[in-house]
Amino acid sequence: MTESEQGPPILRMEGVSKRYGGVRALENANLAVSAGRIHAILGENGAGKSTLIKILAGVVAPDEGRIALDDREVAFGAPADASRAGIVCIFQELSLVPDLSVADNIAIVNPPTRFGMIDRRAQRRVAEAALARAGAEDVHPMALVKDLPLSRRQMVEIAKALARAPRILILDEATSALTAADVAKVFVVLKRLRDEGLALLYISHRMHEIAELADECTVFRNGSNVATYPAGTKSDAEVVELMIGRELSAVFPPKPRQRTASATPLLDVRRLSWTNRLRDVSFHVETGEVVGLGGLDGQGQRELLLALFGVLRGVTGEVRVAGRAVAPASPHAAKSTAIGMALIPEDRKTEGLMLPMSVGANLSFAALDRVSRAGVLDRDREGKLVRQMMDLLAIRAGSIDIPVGALSGGNQQKVVIAKWLMAEPRIILLNDPTRGIDVATKQEIYQLLRKLADAGAAILFYTTDYSELIGCCDRALVIYDGAIRRVLVGEEITERALVASALNIDSDTGVVAGGAS
Amino acid sequence: MSDWRYALAQNRATLISVAFFVAMFAIYASNHPAGFSANVVETAANKGVLLALVAMAQTFVVITAGIDLSVGSVFVLSNCLASAIVVGSAGHAALGVLGVIATGAACGAVNGLIVIVGRLQPIVTTIATGAIFYGLALLLRPTPGGDVYEPLADALTGRVFTVVPASLVALAAVALAVWIPYSRSALGRAAYAVGSSEAAAFMSGLPVASAKASAYVLSGLTASLAGLFLTFVTYSGEASAQTGGSYTLYSIAAVVLGGVSLYGGSGSAIGAIFGALMFRTIGDLLFVFNLDPLWQPLFQGVVLLVAVSLGAARLFRVRNRLELFS
Amino acid sequence: MTTQARSRRGGALSSRLDRPVVVAFACIVALLLLGSLYSRSFLSPDYLLQQLKVASFLGVIATGALIVILLGQIDLSVPWLVAVGGMMATAATAWGPIGAWLAIPFGVACGVALGLVNGFGVAYLRIPSMIVTLAVNAVAQGLMVVHTGGFSPQDSSSPAMRALATGSLAFGLPNAVIVWIGIGACAVFVLNRTTFGRSVYGIGNRERAAYLSGVDTQRIVLLAFALAGGLSAFGGVLLAGYASKAAQGMGDAYLLPAIASVVLGGASIMGGRGSYLGTVAGVVLITLLQSILSVVQMPDAGRQVIYGAVIIGMLLLYGREGAAR
Repeated sequence: MTESEQGPPILRMEGVSKRYGGVRALENANLAVSAGRIHAILGENGAGKSTLIKILAGVVAPDEGRIALDDREVAFGAPADASRAGIVCIFQELSLVPDLSVADNIAIVNPPTRFGMIDRRAQRRVAEAALARAGAEDVHPMALVKDLPLSRRQMVEIAKALARAPRILILDEATSALTAADVAKVFVVLKRLRDEGLALLYISHRMHEIAELADECTVFRNGSNVATYPAGTKSDAEVVELMIGRELSAVFPPKPRQRTASATPLLDVRRLSWTNRLRDVSFHVETGEVVGLGGLDGQGQRELLLALFGVLRGVTGEVRVAGRAVAPASPHAAKSTAIGMALIPEDRKTEGLMLPMSVGANLSFAALDRVSRAGVLDRDREGKLVRQMMDLLAIRAGSIDIPVGALSGGNQQKVVIAKWLMAEPRIILLNDPTRGIDVATKQEIYQLLRKLADAGAAILFYTTDYSELIGCCDRALVIYDGAIRRVLVGEEITERALVASALNIDSDTGVVAGGAS
Repeated sequence: MSDWRYALAQNRATLISVAFFVAMFAIYASNHPAGFSANVVETAANKGVLLALVAMAQTFVVITAGIDLSVGSVFVLSNCLASAIVVGSAGHAALGVLGVIATGAACGAVNGLIVIVGRLQPIVTTIATGAIFYGLALLLRPTPGGDVYEPLADALTGRVFTVVPASLVALAAVALAVWIPYSRSALGRAAYAVGSSEAAAFMSGLPVASAKASAYVLSGLTASLAGLFLTFVTYSGEASAQTGGSYTLYSIAAVVLGGVSLYGGSGSAIGAIFGALMFRTIGDLLFVFNLDPLWQPLFQGVVLLVAVSLGAARLFRVRNRLELFS
Repeated sequence: MTTQARSRRGGALSSRLDRPVVVAFACIVALLLLGSLYSRSFLSPDYLLQQLKVASFLGVIATGALIVILLGQIDLSVPWLVAVGGMMATAATAWGPIGAWLAIPFGVACGVALGLVNGFGVAYLRIPSMIVTLAVNAVAQGLMVVHTGGFSPQDSSSPAMRALATGSLAFGLPNAVIVWIGIGACAVFVLNRTTFGRSVYGIGNRERAAYLSGVDTQRIVLLAFALAGGLSAFGGVLLAGYASKAAQGMGDAYLLPAIASVVLGGASIMGGRGSYLGTVAGVVLITLLQSILSVVQMPDAGRQVIYGAVIIGMLLLYGREGAAR
């Protein structure tokens, strides 16, 4: 919280707007960034943060408005232009080249050359210096990026940005892949950079990170900046209020009364382990139950779902479905009626849907067996079931024949879910299904999950949104470093309990009391 | 110490292909009825260098995650062109050599232009341009014939210091003059980056278009050097569809045997050169063991099939099957 | 983009709206009109039927190429699988009367077997299709060289093969065309009306999503390559019937035209998009182009240049959407 005197802004955005087709991503947005400050940008998904960054980084051009650097108007045609002007961005999607070495990547834009060839020794020195500056001395400059774990890659990404000697450094969810220890390290680095006079734009969903790091904050909502304030002057609740522009009162369907455990739960997992990512995970999910997976992102939750769904190889432990031991070796096997499992995957664009294919073809793709006889499609039956699903989930599509890629994000996500419901699964695994979709669709999904559970499904629901764990789940398993850290039941599922156990900081104090929210 | 390990790991594919070639060639030479003589090496070298150059040409494009199915046609076109213009006086022949190289580079530039500006897929583009280049070759040489400046041809296909085949020296010179500077330049680095991840390369502000363009131009250029060399070996030009087609296909095989990834971003032309020499030696091995030459194509095919299947061993290390689909 | 969307409903009929298919058919008409300026006979039924007959060989082979390309893969083993089909069928003929009966199925079965090797390499060993089919092509070549002892075989085609390729039923409709129509109808049905076809499109669009949807992607890929192998070999059987005998290089001239027909018909080489009707248009277009160039006595050199330029030109005409997905 350095409340030091603030110089004139070095970067100023005024009245910037950007539309994609009919959708406005930014509307008359303003922002001023000063040297020697860490400026946090907050906002819900779709508030315009990523468009803002893309404009600053020269990836897209704004439709209107002006950007001034040191009071001189600038226009970036490509990322290289922005980089030359001293604006360097660390993107959420990594910009590292997997087949090149760490040193190659760090020096990729302006490698030191001798006689037209890259001077490897000089490059190595540059890389080592940058890695040291980023606090990642443990990364070998000659290692190939593709051989590094995700958290190391993220550190290399930061080193790469620093090697370009930026004046303005933009970090977009740069800590999402990092372990807690790395986050602490990165924060030390970022604070040092600030003290060296850099301007830092920091985008994160993690409130506690912003509280610890930022000097000032700007909240975006619906493509415009709605408030700028010194960090620490608003409570979390007030900030959340600004972000969503209304009372935080997502409507969750009522939960049923607690039930008693049955002798043979529908899904019973015992001592499930996989490499070093899953360690002796044991839990069960009853018929009619919604069990949440919580914890910090990237603690093994995704791997757990993939392991159950037969995607991972070398999984040990025991999985029982309705009392029978099963070991699916592929999604095909996991889907079979004997197991009846479904996985709503993480990334709908690459894992859930075939974007150029029609809504109808996508919807029936996981249930082709149900709409065919001896391998021949029964179109009437297919059309009927597809329409049923579209009604059930209120999927808004002009026709079942338009490509699914033409639908809105929320409707696309509903198609992913509907496609799996069409296969009539009894165990439904969901991998962060509400990420990046609008609030209204989220609410519909909450209602649907409860309805499915009531109809007899067992639901295992991984979400990065704590409020969903609190609002939707009968029980929540908090995962930390590949193991179940804590099981919270019913009223025990509170934000405080979730956060504490996710950070692995609640000692043996037992149940965290109270209804903090 | 640890640096060595990383350097070794990064060049593993190339080193393996070198080792395989050396082993094969040792078997070949030690069992050759005429023994390990300069003659044996010279004949083998002249055959191997042709494919090595075409494989090198293929490597440039494959590095960028593209494919050039027109290398064989450029090779044949250059052969026909050389048989027409690399003739006469020394000065005239020298100009002719430049003309052939420029033509090859121009062919590559056409490919690059269509792929980059026209945004057509490399595989389809080069199939079509391959037909065009072959047509031009036929136009130049409807029937086999022509001539070549003999002093140059003899010098490059003979021996240096009475033992070293001149063709190998020429190959090494091309690798040193074309491949090494390119692969170590910022542009060559960008070509690797584009092949490994075009999105990341763009995000990093690399010159994606010029990186690709340079790869196609150099591919055409190197293929024309191969065509030139073919003229020196045969003293004539022939627009043979069969030659063009087989060299295109063999160049892909050589590139893969040399450890260059068809998915782009990794491998080196040095590996591809040894892959090509290896591929040639496979065929010759049968000859020294007195097997019926009829079995040679089958043997070559089976070795190729087994060699590419060995790469599947990596599948056993994959713990997350989703990695197979990225 | 929406080929698949349309083909869901009306099959081949409604995909006629697809732009590349329209362009390809327009080019066919334009070529015929252009040819008719040169000679009246270009519009005569005899000429057209003859062209269709010649086109049917390419059409059968291109059917296999389409299936593989829809998967986002490529089959470079076409040349020698065609030769295997022709040569094994004629070899069977030489065994005697039973062999003559079995000639056609035997030739096709050999193609299927080699196609299975392709499919196994691509689906289970995950070798890039370009390289595994190249290797299988080399193996097939090797097998045939050993089989024939280095010479073109003297074995000639069975009567059934000849009848299939050269004979004609009533109304002068060549049998080869009828065979192509039959295979085409099956292909349209399989691609549009079966779970296999739907899976092929799905895998071609996004293999990862298809796998996660619980489709047995490996089995589908294996099957698709086996089918393509069988179709290449069947093309070879027909060609051997047409020429009365099989020869080693008989398939060499079919790899590039097969791929070109599929792509000219609007299919994306990256997979997931394309229709059979488009491939039919591509096949007819290429056959007509070759025929007209030879009728006007264009030398082979000019033919090659025009051939390549037309492919590039048309693909550029289809626009960027058709190129980069």
